[in-house]
Amino acid sequence: MCTWIVQTAELNGSGKSAEGWIPLTKANVCYDHPAHAFMEHSVNIDFVNENGGTGDRVAVEISAESARQLVSAIVAALEEGSKEHGDLLAGLHA
Amino acid sequence: MADYEGMIAEITTVKGHNGDDISAYFARPLGPGPFPGVVLIHHAPGWDEWYREATRKFAHHGYLAISPNLYERDGSGSPDDVAAAVRAAGGVADDQAVGDIQGSMQFLRALPQTNGKVGVFGTCSGGRQAYLAGCAGGFDAVVNCWGGRIVMSDDEKSEKMPVAPIDYTENLSAPILGLFGNDDMNPTQAHVNALEEALKQHGKHYEFHRYDGAGHGFFYYDRPNYRIEQALDGWEKLFRFLEEHLAA
Repeated sequence: MCTWIVQTAELNGSGKSAEGWIPLTKANVCYDHPAHAFMEHSVNIDFVNENGGTGDRVAVEISAESARQLVSAIVAALEEGSKEHGDLLAGLHA
Repeated sequence: MADYEGMIAEITTVKGHNGDDISAYFARPLGPGPFPGVVLIHHAPGWDEWYREATRKFAHHGYLAISPNLYERDGSGSPDDVAAAVRAAGGVADDQAVGDIQGSMQFLRALPQTNGKVGVFGTCSGGRQAYLAGCAGGFDAVVNCWGGRIVMSDDEKSEKMPVAPIDYTENLSAPILGLFGNDDMNPTQAHVNALEEALKQHGKHYEFHRYDGAGHGFFYYDRPNYRIEQALDGWEKLFRFLEEHLAA
């Protein structure tokens, strides 16, 4: 928040916000001060619908270690899925 | 019997940058005054409950206090949702923020209860914007609490933030109080040193206090960054500084 440095990913999918399911078009990711998680810094991920309002958001604030485990879990899931559905890791850069 | 005291705290509207209507939280002591004024610039997490409380705290200490919503144009809703949208957009433009802050100052100066003196206070990104506003002129005192990116590398500049505030130091027209945590990563101790050097070089009246055992945002009692000893000392120094420079 204090740095205004945000990484982004284009998304195609859905997420469940406080108001229910919404389409997701983008993820905004930063390492900065969280709004809720009780830590001084966190990996903050906002899954948003750019075509919606400010409340069309699924917000996540997790520790750096949690984020590393999440990245590993996503990659592992894609590897597992590749066994049945072809190469799901194509284009993934380390 | 204690003397009667009271305050009014409410949302009002001020004319901001480009004449836009901006919501602002306004708290003032009851009574005719005269009272000094303070514009409070909210932090990056937005126009939130902490800033409501801080605005009332200044009113409790005898100030006409106003906190404009610098995220007014970025949507409505919960402060964290709006702040997330602003973060994704790279913050608010410096020109716009300064215009909104100056509009808030004009609001205070037009009040019948004013003593004619107005300061500006900000924390985090609001500390940076308070510095910019102090350099734009019109204030009688500036309080910068751990404002990051006053010192900026070229790659940190953007269309919205094209100039490092430190480069405006020559124009700073009011005494400035700076409160910083020595463990802060933004601003770092090196950033604070650079800012102090610039203020010295231009012969500005400044008072800096640097706290060991504190990082960023050590006033925020609802966050793990809170450091009670340093915060209490900081508030004391802050109100002493404002009394010195804003009393009629």
